[in-house]
Amino acid sequence: MTAWLFMLPLIVVNVLVILGPSVATIYFSFTDWSGIGSADWVGLQNYTEIVADADFWSALMHNLIWTAIFLTFPVGMGLLGAFLLSQITRFQMVFRVLYFIPYVIASVVNAALWQNILDPTRGIGSVLATVGIPYLDGVSFFGSERLALPAVAFVDNWHWWGFVVLLFLTALQSVDKELYEAAKMDGANRWQQFINVTIPGIRATLVFVVLMTIIGSLLVFDYIYIITQGGPAGASEVVGTLMYKEAFARFEAGYAAAMGLGLSFMSGLVILVFLYLRRREWEI
Amino acid sequence: MGDLSTLARGRRQRREPSKIPYYIVLILLALFAIGPLVVLVFNSLKSNAEIGRNPLGPPLSPVFDNFPTAWSQGNFATTLVNSTILTTGTIVGVCIIAGTAAYAMARLDLPGTDAVLLYLFVASALPFQLFIVSLFFLWSTLQLTNTLFGLIVIYWAIFSPFATLLLRSYLVALPRGFEDAARVDGVSELQVLTRVVLPLSWPGFLTIALVSGLGAWNEFFFAITFIQDENLKPVTTSFLAFQSNFSRDWGLTSAASILIMLPVVVLFLGLQRRFINGITAGGLKG
Repeated sequence: MTAWLFMLPLIVVNVLVILGPSVATIYFSFTDWSGIGSADWVGLQNYTEIVADADFWSALMHNLIWTAIFLTFPVGMGLLGAFLLSQITRFQMVFRVLYFIPYVIASVVNAALWQNILDPTRGIGSVLATVGIPYLDGVSFFGSERLALPAVAFVDNWHWWGFVVLLFLTALQSVDKELYEAAKMDGANRWQQFINVTIPGIRATLVFVVLMTIIGSLLVFDYIYIITQGGPAGASEVVGTLMYKEAFARFEAGYAAAMGLGLSFMSGLVILVFLYLRRREWEI
Repeated sequence: MGDLSTLARGRRQRREPSKIPYYIVLILLALFAIGPLVVLVFNSLKSNAEIGRNPLGPPLSPVFDNFPTAWSQGNFATTLVNSTILTTGTIVGVCIIAGTAAYAMARLDLPGTDAVLLYLFVASALPFQLFIVSLFFLWSTLQLTNTLFGLIVIYWAIFSPFATLLLRSYLVALPRGFEDAARVDGVSELQVLTRVVLPLSWPGFLTIALVSGLGAWNEFFFAITFIQDENLKPVTTSFLAFQSNFSRDWGLTSAASILIMLPVVVLFLGLQRRFINGITAGGLKG
């Protein structure tokens, strides 16, 4: 009894902010509702509209592109950085701290800083032009329909990859050193050691990072909302920003609830795949 | 020539390859991480005219005007107070909520601990998109929108599941001897917690305070959704408005950026090991 009394603050706050509203979202997703006042039951109408909504599919496509970008660059840089760090002892802590600094800085600051560096006329493009490399001069990275999405992903990645390094480094440090010695005895070069010893040794963390990346890419919001608001002309719109606009700019809260539920359902599916793989004795 | 080849052979024989290429790549990665922040510091010390001539290089004639201008134009006297209230309120609340819950699970033999743990995992992984619309409606009804308290309660809810899990694993590893001795002396469970467990487990509390404090200071999504009143905005969302008012005045925005990140970076450099361990322990939001 005393034990539950001690749990009470956690339970109250959680039910009030997370569990209750989450359950209510299921109800609101079947209604036509502006976000205030009464909600009218419309059955599956929101869902059928989403399926027919070209903006939704375009946004989901951008989520998939985002996922592809984040499964390659941060994971690759994270593995590279962690592998190199695990091979050295001097200055290891200095590098860890330097790589991690962007991760602790607020998204609005990181966004502004890269808007400055990638400014079309007062940024890296014009600096390169003065030393004879004119190709980036005048290029508006965040204002171009072709470049906006990868440019925002680049900024988010800059803030994120150092964190991935530390996750991988923790895993690498627990790989048995004797396995590397055995591989060297068999004449394996560094790359072969990496493929045959390192990757299997950190498989659990690797799968975890991949899972986190996919879910994070489905739910991405901050950097896109801050830098481009989904523009220009929807070129960097993702489901998270589209749903936010439906709820708080177009006052289609019922529609937004259905979209949010669909998004949560997709990230739930990813977790189920993860659990299924684990049950299949993948040792992850 | 001969010297070089014997040197190379000697290396191969020792099977100890040079680490220099490793350091070169590590330094390049470090430049990628830190270079942009160096540019930020440079630009905060330049006049707008100098940024036009010299967009990214070191300031040739450093000026410090940007800082006082950013401070007053950015309303930092108000927003820094708001962010401090939000962060402090979040830290205190999360420590109480997670502290009591972790104690119940680690020490008071809470029935159904496994189910609670599962719920906490799920709750810390639920996407904001799932509950934001209904939560906004609920908060409007309760008149908690546009209040710092309303935002703090949200931060309590989103940061406490992870903090509870972290603190629980910390408490489980602590020896129980002192607590049992205190119970023999007949003190209440609350006193056991405050007089015996707290003094022993402060490193665990410091970690969750740092992680949730950092989360609250940098938080953007809920802050922009729930606080519209300019005088209640934290530094993050206020900065966004400031930036659009002084569009592309990079000297001024850089100075404002430094005002926002300075407390975090100083604290991080001071307590790096605890920060890194706490955040990589599973604080994977953001």
